[in-house]
Amino acid sequence: MSLTMALVSPAQGADGGASEEVAARRRGRTGVGLLLPGAIYLVAFFAVPVLALLATSLYAPVPGGDVGQYLPALRWENYAAALGKFWPELLRSFWFALLATVAALVVGYPVAYVIAVRARGHRLLQGVLLVLVVAPFFTSFILRTIAWKQVLADDAFVVASLRWLHVLPDDGRLTATAFAVVAGLAYNFLPFMILPVYASLERLDVRMIEAGGDLYAGPFTTFRTVTLPLSMPGVVSGTLLTFIPAAGDYVSASLLGNPTTTTMIGQVIDSRFFRVLDYPTAAALSVVLMVVIALLVTAYVRRTGTEDLL
Amino acid sequence: MSPVRLRTAPEIPGHRSPRRWRLADAVVPAFAGLAFLYLLVPVAYTVAFSFNDAGKSNLVWRGFTWDNWANPCGAPQVCKAFANSLQVGLLSTLVATVLGTLVAIALVRYRFRGRALANLLVFLPMSTPEVVLGAALLAQFLTLRVPLGFWTVVIAHVMFNVSFVVVTVKARVQSMDPRLEEAAADLYATPWQAFWRVTFPLLLPGILAAALLAFSLSFDDFIVTSFNSGPYTTFPKFVYVSATRGIPPQANVIGTAMFVLALAVVVGAQVVTAARRRATRTAAARPEGSAP
Repeated sequence: MSLTMALVSPAQGADGGASEEVAARRRGRTGVGLLLPGAIYLVAFFAVPVLALLATSLYAPVPGGDVGQYLPALRWENYAAALGKFWPELLRSFWFALLATVAALVVGYPVAYVIAVRARGHRLLQGVLLVLVVAPFFTSFILRTIAWKQVLADDAFVVASLRWLHVLPDDGRLTATAFAVVAGLAYNFLPFMILPVYASLERLDVRMIEAGGDLYAGPFTTFRTVTLPLSMPGVVSGTLLTFIPAAGDYVSASLLGNPTTTTMIGQVIDSRFFRVLDYPTAAALSVVLMVVIALLVTAYVRRTGTEDLL
Repeated sequence: MSPVRLRTAPEIPGHRSPRRWRLADAVVPAFAGLAFLYLLVPVAYTVAFSFNDAGKSNLVWRGFTWDNWANPCGAPQVCKAFANSLQVGLLSTLVATVLGTLVAIALVRYRFRGRALANLLVFLPMSTPEVVLGAALLAQFLTLRVPLGFWTVVIAHVMFNVSFVVVTVKARVQSMDPRLEEAAADLYATPWQAFWRVTFPLLLPGILAAALLAFSLSFDDFIVTSFNSGPYTTFPKFVYVSATRGIPPQANVIGTAMFVLALAVVVGAQVVTAARRRATRTAAARPEGSAP
């Protein structure tokens, strides 16, 4: 479990004071030497490529050249053109990612709560439940998305029962709908929501919840004023770990959606790059996606007062 | 929003909190049970369809067979793609784990100028959607006219894995008492000896966890790979590309085998940890001199 827990639980220094002191004494060259190989790697293959992306987004087509031939330029109109053409897909990506994040929170929070609070003290049960949470990670996520397609297929059990219950009209379907895409997104990132929330709730003192009851708070009030605020760090990291990859995902949309009403920005970037060879538009859309996510994340983290998570 | 601070009351003997919400007691676990169903149904489908007598399309159940398991490489390309994924996964995990571990030690144990910037450099790739990571690296490879293939995939996987390794190992370094290294130095160990005899063994669980995480992220990656692989095929790419024509059941066999293997590793690790904890407790409880 340490595998995933280490990733999602905020690090806790066992001996922060002593560690600071020693670190202050050891300074300079060795530290920089240890840092450099990794830092150079990230500069060369992350920072510089992002700058290359920025440059590409301003390229202009070669006059009279073939499709896919571009010249370095400062063509800011690329952004206006890309946004003018693809703003529905961009908005839809954020909207679907938001819905999927809310769905994952609503489904995932009770799971985390049951494992961390209800099963507390039962080590074996907790272990088994946590393994079940991460189990889906171990099958390829594309295979799982295709399995969703089978679960939601027109002739399968789920659709048949919903039609029988008249929740869906007789010709209603779930595949190739926005519902299937959002459900697929929420599904794929659900463990990323459950694990951080679990890590927060694990540290919660159960006596605080009992104290809420002792003070005549109903279960809902206790949850709203005690449990939820105390688990906020986990909720914030969980929502970020779900929202960010969901906004850029295109596997769910292309396998579970339809070509007209569920297209997400990731699919547009992919097809601009590989099918249309329209590199500037693909790059401009990627830059916009990255910047909007950075702004949203900063605002969200400020708002919830959890800056120290970053 | 500031967390509620309550002083924990001393336990009053015989006092039990009034339990008034019996309905909620059942509702929350029932809901969690449904959530587990949601989590596991697609996994069950994947496993079940590895036994499907599929013929041309593995989307509809046609009957049980062992054939796919007896002949996992029966479908063209499926084992090649799997082997490619293993190669990329092992190499990128090795490189990312070494680079990331060094960075983690540097960030926790040393103070130097530019440390905040280094933290940002580590954090940013994790908060960038994969599409952007893939597109950015592709833009660079196209500009430099680097041919796409095995090496560009490895470079890309190391890039997104370094940050995850740093975060995982950092947690371990932070929980380690730095005075242990100082003690080694006091006992005339050279920094090199202190690292290999003291620091490294203590960090090893964190490093192994990071390596496992890196391997699983690399093995399962599709988006970054599809941008930077050109004609090179990994297992997830193979599955995605063949999705339109029907995925051979052998892909489900490989997916299921990996699932069982990973589950065995996790469960095994838990059993070992539990056994070791019990052994330590018994050893501590045993009075001196009575050891066999």
